[in-house]
Amino acid sequence: MDKKKYMLKINDLKAGIEDVEILKGINLSVNKGEVHAIMGPNGSGKSTLSAVIAGNETYEVNSGSILFDGEDLLDLDPDQRAHKGVFLSFQYPVEIPGISVSNFIKAAITEKRKVLGLGPISAKELLSSMKEKMELLSMKKGYLSRNMNEGFSGGEKKRNEIFQMAMLEPKLAILDETDSGLDIDALRIVANGVNKLKSKENATIIITHYQRLLDYIVPDFVHVLHNGRIIKSGGKELAHELEEKGYDWVTKEADEKWGY
Amino acid sequence: MKKEELSEDELLDQVTSTEYKYGFTTKMDSDTIPKGLSEDVVRLISKKKNEPEWMLKYRLEAYKIWLSMEEPDWANVKYKKPNYQDIIYYSAPQPKKKLDSLDDLDPELKKTFDKLGISVNEQKRLSNVAVDIVMDSVSVATSFKSTLAKLGIIFCSISEAIQEHPELVKRYLGTVVPSGDNFFSALNAAVFSDGSFCYIPKGSKCPMELSTYFRINEAGTGQFERTLLIADEGSYVSYLEGCTAPQRDENQLHAAVVELIALDNAEIKYSTVQNWYPGNKDGIGGVFNFVTKRGICHKNSKISWTQVETGSAVTWKYPSCILKGDNSVGEFFSVAVTNNFQQADTGTKMIHLGKNSKSTIIAKGICAGKSDGSYRGLVHISKGAKNSRNFSQCDSLLMGDKCGSHTFPYIEVKNNSSQVEHEATTSKIGEDQIFYCNQRGIGTEEAIALIVNGYCKDVLNQLPMEFAVEAQKLLEISLEGSVG
Repeated sequence: MDKKKYMLKINDLKAGIEDVEILKGINLSVNKGEVHAIMGPNGSGKSTLSAVIAGNETYEVNSGSILFDGEDLLDLDPDQRAHKGVFLSFQYPVEIPGISVSNFIKAAITEKRKVLGLGPISAKELLSSMKEKMELLSMKKGYLSRNMNEGFSGGEKKRNEIFQMAMLEPKLAILDETDSGLDIDALRIVANGVNKLKSKENATIIITHYQRLLDYIVPDFVHVLHNGRIIKSGGKELAHELEEKGYDWVTKEADEKWGY
Repeated sequence: MKKEELSEDELLDQVTSTEYKYGFTTKMDSDTIPKGLSEDVVRLISKKKNEPEWMLKYRLEAYKIWLSMEEPDWANVKYKKPNYQDIIYYSAPQPKKKLDSLDDLDPELKKTFDKLGISVNEQKRLSNVAVDIVMDSVSVATSFKSTLAKLGIIFCSISEAIQEHPELVKRYLGTVVPSGDNFFSALNAAVFSDGSFCYIPKGSKCPMELSTYFRINEAGTGQFERTLLIADEGSYVSYLEGCTAPQRDENQLHAAVVELIALDNAEIKYSTVQNWYPGNKDGIGGVFNFVTKRGICHKNSKISWTQVETGSAVTWKYPSCILKGDNSVGEFFSVAVTNNFQQADTGTKMIHLGKNSKSTIIAKGICAGKSDGSYRGLVHISKGAKNSRNFSQCDSLLMGDKCGSHTFPYIEVKNNSSQVEHEATTSKIGEDQIFYCNQRGIGTEEAIALIVNGYCKDVLNQLPMEFAVEAQKLLEISLEGSVG
């Protein structure tokens, strides 16, 4: 098989913290232009998977590979992965006191451009691009000069994540529980933003607990993660089925197969 | 304007290298007296400087007081006390002939200034900074003297002021920091060989930043400079000092005294970017920085201290304000960084005497490596200082688990109409913060710089623009390699 074919190809990925294995052999392929949803009950390993793809060193990778455009991400540092075009929208975005949103984004863009051999972006260009993206996400005036996530509400933090995604234009965006903590209006704004940023060239992985977000961002594929393994994959209708019937009917079958 | 941009770049270039950049020495003949301290040495210093009798008397009195004092050991620092007989108390770069213009400057000296990023020429005219440079013990160049003189502003070396403006020096010297104030101030009063003097006349607003650059050059020398700054009624001045020293295996002593006098309705802004050699990674060498800085505020006046401390092996320093006048204001903004084996015990004293006096203290400590940083501050509100207010905020940021941070706040309130607030936080640079930055493509070193800059923002904002840039770069350098 041509490994270049997939944007992301995860092969038998096993990872965990210290002696506890959380991911027990993940296989997942994502093509550009696709939206994948990863669903599953609490503690199934969803956030671990996103953290491992992004390179969080809290987790130890025991085996497997994560090919991104044919290159194994496991050989790269987190910032190098970001430069390749991997973006993670955090479930719990971190505060960075004293650093404004605009300065933070400028630093991120400057570092990426450095790797690409480009000089710093002009202030004018940056500002007009920020304004455009702010409109897309209905950000309030004065947002750019607020300090990163400091005193942000839950919804503001999530919108701030999507704003950064819009500015950094990643190839692969992983949205980790982006819907949690959002009211219905904010959910709509965020989903609308994500939809507008979708293209034939990029891909999105949505990690979620509920099917709610998937009403707005319609996935091409839905995977059920349970106990560190993808136990079922299907089209968008699988999400509805899960919403109706819960997770038990799929997990039971898997538990019998793998033992739990 | 092209020229100015260039110098900015050069400056950035210089301060972004990892090693201590200022660790060079300049080969120059110098006029040095033998090491050791005695009454004869004090007399010799005074004689070499051709000082009037009253000045010699002042020094001798201070020397006597010093003999009766003991080196303080209450600070939270550990060091081997210097042998005061093993220090050279006077070293002046040669030739010492008086310079009419900076073009006459010794070429070697000029090279030194260029390396320091101080160009005592047209470039500074563009950036509006007048500079006085003190090398080892002697002030060697003051720029812009004539421009300032037109406004009645005196900016010169203190030696010159003793000769040319004795009435001002006599009137104010030692009034804020008396010789007997402490062990180091007594030593300084006895042996100081130069420093800066500044007088802003009534109602004048000094049109440019005044700046002093201090540099220790000769081996085995101590630097004891004396700064006296007087802002007459209704005047304003912003003053900056920078400090560098060569890399040496032995500890060099720096015991300066700075006195500020803000008369009624005057304002003084005093900023320091301190980058004395901090010693190497194993804690060998570095400057002992034992400095007494104090200002007095008369009615409606304001003194603001801003300091960014990244250098020195041991720091012992408490820039303070005596808020004597009603409605006077004292401010202290500080960032103190310690890395490797550095130790710093620094803070401020705000002495409220006047009614409605106000003070603000923002102290930010950053500790990395095996270093120790302490904030020590006193807020004293006397009985007569009715309706006074103080706000103090002391934060510390720890990097790694081998450093220590301590806070010693002293609060004394003698009336019941005043208000004192104290806030303190201790935090660590979180791995989650660094990972978050990494995920956005910002490497770990840059992430730390970013987080530290954010943490220090309230203080850095107080610095004049071009020095804020320099200070930011200094912070980055001094913390490089401190995580991971």
